[in-house]
Amino acid sequence: MNFRILAATTGRILRQLRHDRRTVAMLVVVPTVLLTLVYFMYVDQPTVPGRPSVFDRVALIMLGFFPFIIMFLVTSIAMLRERTTGTLERLLTTPLGKIDLLFGYGIAFGLAGVLQSTLASLVAYQVFGLDTAGSQWLVVMIAGLNAVLAVALGLLCSAFARTEFQAVQFLPVVALPQLLLCGLFVPRGEMAGWLQAISDVLPLSYAVEALQEVGAHADSTGTMWRDVAIVAGATVAALVLAAATLRRRSG
Amino acid sequence: MDDAVSVRDLVVDRGRQRVLQGISCAVPRGTVTGLLGPSGSGKTTLMRAIVGVQTVGSGTVTVLGRPAGAAELRRRVGYLTQAPSVYADLTVRENARYFAVLHGRGRAEADRAVADVGLARAADQLVGTLSGGQRSRASLACALVGDPELVILDEPTVGQDPVLRADLWDRFHAMAAAGTTLLVSSHVMDEAARCDRLLLIRDGRLIADDTPDAVRATTGVDDLEEAFLRLIRASEQEADK
Repeated sequence: MNFRILAATTGRILRQLRHDRRTVAMLVVVPTVLLTLVYFMYVDQPTVPGRPSVFDRVALIMLGFFPFIIMFLVTSIAMLRERTTGTLERLLTTPLGKIDLLFGYGIAFGLAGVLQSTLASLVAYQVFGLDTAGSQWLVVMIAGLNAVLAVALGLLCSAFARTEFQAVQFLPVVALPQLLLCGLFVPRGEMAGWLQAISDVLPLSYAVEALQEVGAHADSTGTMWRDVAIVAGATVAALVLAAATLRRRSG
Repeated sequence: MDDAVSVRDLVVDRGRQRVLQGISCAVPRGTVTGLLGPSGSGKTTLMRAIVGVQTVGSGTVTVLGRPAGAAELRRRVGYLTQAPSVYADLTVRENARYFAVLHGRGRAEADRAVADVGLARAADQLVGTLSGGQRSRASLACALVGDPELVILDEPTVGQDPVLRADLWDRFHAMAAAGTTLLVSSHVMDEAARCDRLLLIRDGRLIADDTPDAVRATTGVDDLEEAFLRLIRASEQEADK
């Protein structure tokens, strides 16, 4: 790893993003618009005394899920573009290390994800009155980590896509099972054993559990930190696997 | 060691197709060597093998005394791909500055590389808004910004207007005079006369490896296009025997 090259790569990716104003606007606005929908869906639902409202429960998880899905998609397409326009092959003929490139993407889009979840959580707490026992900043931290996880998975998956059509279809393959099995629709403890087993190996399950811990406890808990460590570990594993799929030589 | 590149019995298959059928050739240091041949003859594959991004079947490629693709060569070799590979959503200057950092250079070198390919006035334009010829010059600036010892240029002059093309060739010779080695591919025969040495390949085989004057002398014609035709016919007759 070379810090000058890593910094230049991160800066280059952010600069590309900055030139694309419409994408920046959508990154900022879309999660907030979706949260608004969630708010009005649940605003009239009755609340069971002593339990968090349905909106509090759902919105908390959505704050983690939106950056995940959006950053996964943005990264898959960005990396596929590097491959199809020949810039990836060219980069690999320069002194740039594979890790410099992958970490550059992780940092750049991770920053974008943190910004996005900061804004979305501000709106959720200030406008829609989201109520969690724990700190808003823990929620932003976990959401930001989710964004970096999504970048890592996107970098890995783009290695298996030859075309844009294929890359886009990794979204339902990678993201939707994680959403279905993360414990939002059916608590993980109430699922059939084999579904739980699948849920146990999906990193988003741990991110959701960490968010639920923040929702239920005023202070950060050991379970939350363990979950955060698991998500971070999965992120690093995906980045290392992605580096292994980058070949300097090809046919 | 006077050769910047030496290729020995190089065989490359792409899919089931044999693209290079045992090529041996050399690129002397401090020269502009032209790699000529029709489209699909294997020029790009040979260049990719020299840069070290092509999986090779057999044979050896030695670049600046090291096996092609060695990590150390990445800071000593510059490569221009045939399709311009620069970021369309960055300006010319931003592209050049990024590639400058990758090669351990600074902003001044980046701005000079942009000016050297005649894009000073378009430096702050997004590459995506440039014409095809300008875009390929932006890509060229990024290949030259690190001031490499060996420069591999895949069809750098395609789509350039004649004045610019002449400027670029002057610049290639100035670089060679300063000690840089250049391997430049083209499918336009009139560019052959501008090279110090010529490599002619056809169907993955080397047909000529000589100076333009020697090619003219061997074939007894002045026009290089005609000379190449004769060489190709001669090699075909030999193959038929």
